[in-house]
Amino acid sequence: MTTNELKQILADGAWRQNTGLVVLLGLCPLLAVTNTLVNGLALGLATMLTLMVSNLSVSILRGLLKPEIRIPAFVLIIASVVTVIELLMHAYFYDLYRILGIFIPLIVTNCAIIGRAEAFASRNSPLPSLVDGFATGLGFCITLVLLGALRELTGRGTLLAGADTLVGEWGRHLTLTIIPEHPGFLLAMLPPGAFFGLALLIAARNAWQARRPAQAANTLLLDSHET
Amino acid sequence: MNNPSHPVLRSGVLLGLIALLGTGLLAGVNELTHERILEQEKNRVLQQLNAIVPLASYNNNLLEDVIEIEDEVFFHHPESLTVYRARMDGRPVAVLMNVLATDGYNGDIRLLAGIDSSGVVLGVRVLSHRETPGLGDPIDIEKSDWILGFTHRSLLNTQTKDWAVKRDGGQFDQFTGATISPRAVVNAVHNTLLYFAANQQLLFETMPEREGRDDH
Repeated sequence: MTTNELKQILADGAWRQNTGLVVLLGLCPLLAVTNTLVNGLALGLATMLTLMVSNLSVSILRGLLKPEIRIPAFVLIIASVVTVIELLMHAYFYDLYRILGIFIPLIVTNCAIIGRAEAFASRNSPLPSLVDGFATGLGFCITLVLLGALRELTGRGTLLAGADTLVGEWGRHLTLTIIPEHPGFLLAMLPPGAFFGLALLIAARNAWQARRPAQAANTLLLDSHET
Repeated sequence: MNNPSHPVLRSGVLLGLIALLGTGLLAGVNELTHERILEQEKNRVLQQLNAIVPLASYNNNLLEDVIEIEDEVFFHHPESLTVYRARMDGRPVAVLMNVLATDGYNGDIRLLAGIDSSGVVLGVRVLSHRETPGLGDPIDIEKSDWILGFTHRSLLNTQTKDWAVKRDGGQFDQFTGATISPRAVVNAVHNTLLYFAANQQLLFETMPEREGRDDH
């Protein structure tokens, strides 16, 4: 595995095959928890951790996994990893756990995770699989953070509200009031705002991509192959 | 079929092993976090209770001095409600009642109402609700101070007809575009006070006397 190949994996996961913006997997948590930046970041990090651990375990066990049992085995591995993360959050990030609630166990159902296990980790050795998990998780996390920031800013005029649930008491001072006396824009905070926000992000990414013709064609090809 | 190297058998055993591994991992982490999770849950309840009854005003173990009540006549629903009793050296100080308002706009509104031994409201908080964001949710202290309007109210200083939102001729504000949520909360608090007045004796009844609080 050369550094170049690893770089390639990173770029694929985080940008070219971005789970949220290109492959469009795992949209349920993506849309549901991104009403603030901090919530998005927290679920993004949890998902990233899940992806890394599940990719690594699947890759290590890949020699043993016969095709006919690989899917149930993936599900077992992913469910175990997610439940461990849930228990740890419940114990050590209690406030955050209360906010994210059901969406932590629902990470199991994020098809991006089983997708990476099947498409990548079951065919590659542990290191690239770990990097792939990290890259895919990073891409997902960045999308969640961007969407969270966008909705929080338009919805309540702040950024980083509720940071104390992630980092403890001192996080209260992190909240930035960007637009003082913001009257509150409910649409952005409710689920429809998530759809609008995601649409804007996807459009922005496509517009950016369209300005680089050679690579755009390449991406399109990969997309149709992947989905 | 009895051949142990049969592929189906092998796959089954392998899957079983993975399940075992996962279960073992979960059992271990559960063991590690169990205590702390319980403590976190307990702290949260205590925090909610202490927001209404100051820590200095009682010295019993609130979380253990608990009774369950149910009374369909007063509360109009059959569910049993938890009551925490605060005492100072065994003398009644206040009760904190988990109350349910079943007539909200969207599902039940869970409240915690604190009433001192003379029947005056110490404070009310919404524990959970599903009222419309932006319309009905100012009942939540995180959204507005409305809920603090119950503090110091009692059946003596607020007449029965005044236990209503202003639109219904009472003394409590409704919200722009939302009357149902505040109305439900006002009714629930009023019912709780009525229940308290009728059952005060029972509410403070002690089980076998406890020693002073054994934590904090």
